[in-house]
Amino acid sequence: MSTVTTPEISLTPERSTRTSLRSRLQDALPKIVLAPSFVITLVFVYGFIIWTGYLSFTNSKTFPSYAITGARAYQRLWRWTFESDPPSSWYTSITNMGIFGFLYIGICLGLGLFLAILLDQKIRGEGLLRPIYLYPMALSFIVTGVAWKWFLDPGLGLEQTLHQWGWTSFHFDWIKNKDFVIYTVVIAGVWQASGFVMAMFLAGLRGIDGEIMKAAQIDGATTIQLYRRIIIPLLRPVFLSAFIVLAHMAIKSYDLVVALTSGGPGGSAWLPSNFMYEYTFKRNEMAVGSASAIIMLMTISAIIVPYLYSELREKSR
Amino acid sequence: MSAIVSSGTAARRSNGARMFNRVVIYGLLAFFAIVYLMPLFVMLVTSFKTMDEIQNGNMLSLPSAPTFEPWVKAWGETCVGLTCAGIKGYFWNSLKMVIPAVLISTILGALNGYVLTKWRFRGHTLVFGMMLFACFIPFQSVLLPMATILGSLGRFGITLQNATGFRFGFGNPTVNLVLVHVIYGLGFTTLFFRNFYEAFPTELVKAAQVDGAGFFQIFRRIMLPNSLPIIVVTVIYQFTNIWNDFLFASAYAGTGESMPMTVALNNVVNTSTGVVEYNVNMAAAMIAAMPTLLVYVLAGRYFVRGLMAGAVKG
Repeated sequence: MSTVTTPEISLTPERSTRTSLRSRLQDALPKIVLAPSFVITLVFVYGFIIWTGYLSFTNSKTFPSYAITGARAYQRLWRWTFESDPPSSWYTSITNMGIFGFLYIGICLGLGLFLAILLDQKIRGEGLLRPIYLYPMALSFIVTGVAWKWFLDPGLGLEQTLHQWGWTSFHFDWIKNKDFVIYTVVIAGVWQASGFVMAMFLAGLRGIDGEIMKAAQIDGATTIQLYRRIIIPLLRPVFLSAFIVLAHMAIKSYDLVVALTSGGPGGSAWLPSNFMYEYTFKRNEMAVGSASAIIMLMTISAIIVPYLYSELREKSR
Repeated sequence: MSAIVSSGTAARRSNGARMFNRVVIYGLLAFFAIVYLMPLFVMLVTSFKTMDEIQNGNMLSLPSAPTFEPWVKAWGETCVGLTCAGIKGYFWNSLKMVIPAVLISTILGALNGYVLTKWRFRGHTLVFGMMLFACFIPFQSVLLPMATILGSLGRFGITLQNATGFRFGFGNPTVNLVLVHVIYGLGFTTLFFRNFYEAFPTELVKAAQVDGAGFFQIFRRIMLPNSLPIIVVTVIYQFTNIWNDFLFASAYAGTGESMPMTVALNNVVNTSTGVVEYNVNMAAAMIAAMPTLLVYVLAGRYFVRGLMAGAVKG
């Protein structure tokens, strides 16, 4: 880029600075390549989180306002947390989160492990069965929601079918019932994710040293003892990974509630993610929406940060 | 898990028990396979039935006179909001969004992974950790600022249009979504490539450096040719995630012509006007599911591997 103006005298130093500049550029190249991604992450993830946090301390309604007015949004959320009769939207959202999170993670782990153990018994046709359990994971929550909405509809789906088969007293209208609608979200969610958990456990089972199992069998351990005392404890890291994946999927769940229940009767199927969306974009309570987003983030962080910290420390050692 | 047996009678008894066990195991596996397949089966069957048959027949029975009508209608005629031109336009919208977003985020992820493993600097773990954490944030915590920024990009686009006659993509919802998906996909793509390159022999890179190869030369000649498996994993993972996204799509392109497929499908299904055509809804859902299902069928192994890598360890 630069032109040489005084050739005679400054030739040597100029060349040396130029090469050093060039080599310095070479040295910095990796950082220059990484920098855009890192800056993007800093701005669009961390900067935006701070921005959202800031908004939660203002009294933003339809449009953002940037005058700090204190923690009113959090105070309101806190008050709503205990408003159970009639339940506030926030109370409904967090109790639903509790029910959904507990059942979704618990059933997925249980069912996933169960299927993995069954599949690990030298099954013929494993190659056919595995993809059948796993394919729901490839579908969007919207498609899953549409399919299950139809399947669980009392007038069209399962109930109607069983009536036609002669079981006329069968009654299953959870999807229209405000007290039970969240359980239909659990059903569809488990259907979608349990196959994936199965695949994780299966990979874990295949990684266990066969010698350990043989030794235990020679010692006279029954199959159930073998699994309870030896294999399942060995799978602890898989439990942890699966828990992390499921927990963050549970907290992020938004689409499934929308597609399956459209929020349920009177918003009775809401999760905090739906609460955030509705309050921010539909009810013009931007500060409250932001505060709920921050609470969601804190909840996930409490699970993820220690996990990532231990993972990365382990790796860099 | 072979049983260890000594005497003849024990062998016979344990054979009987074994037979019983096998039957139970296969029975359970078959039962669950049916349960998992049921919703897809119902969706598929319903999409080939006439409305008459749906209202009077059984959900599980095969269509008596299969018709492609619902598929044709879903693709080209059904109403999404107020426009009744089918979902085909939205299908293309999704494709136009997915392809660039996948390509850009994959390339950036590959470069990041390369730097973070083979050109380490002080603090590389912190940088990686911060990018990794971005994978797990609930997107609600960035939704609103992003909307504000995209809004001002749109206003900038209008200014540009007034000045030059072109908007250069500023404010175009598809471009916006590409941007959003690249930004929030970076953590995942970086994670995939970093973990893959971590196991790649550093000696090869060192040797090439001694031979005078530069940063990009090593990347192009040594890293990339050996990265096919992780590229496939990353592309599939990103493709599935971006195609299936609903939150960003509904927040930033929730109305009008440029809706992606997921939002359009939700509008078709949850529309409250007129008679609900379940067969058309199911056909639309099948069309929306087709690309990711196809990827899954063709490359299931890589699909699973990507999901596992998403669990950090796997």
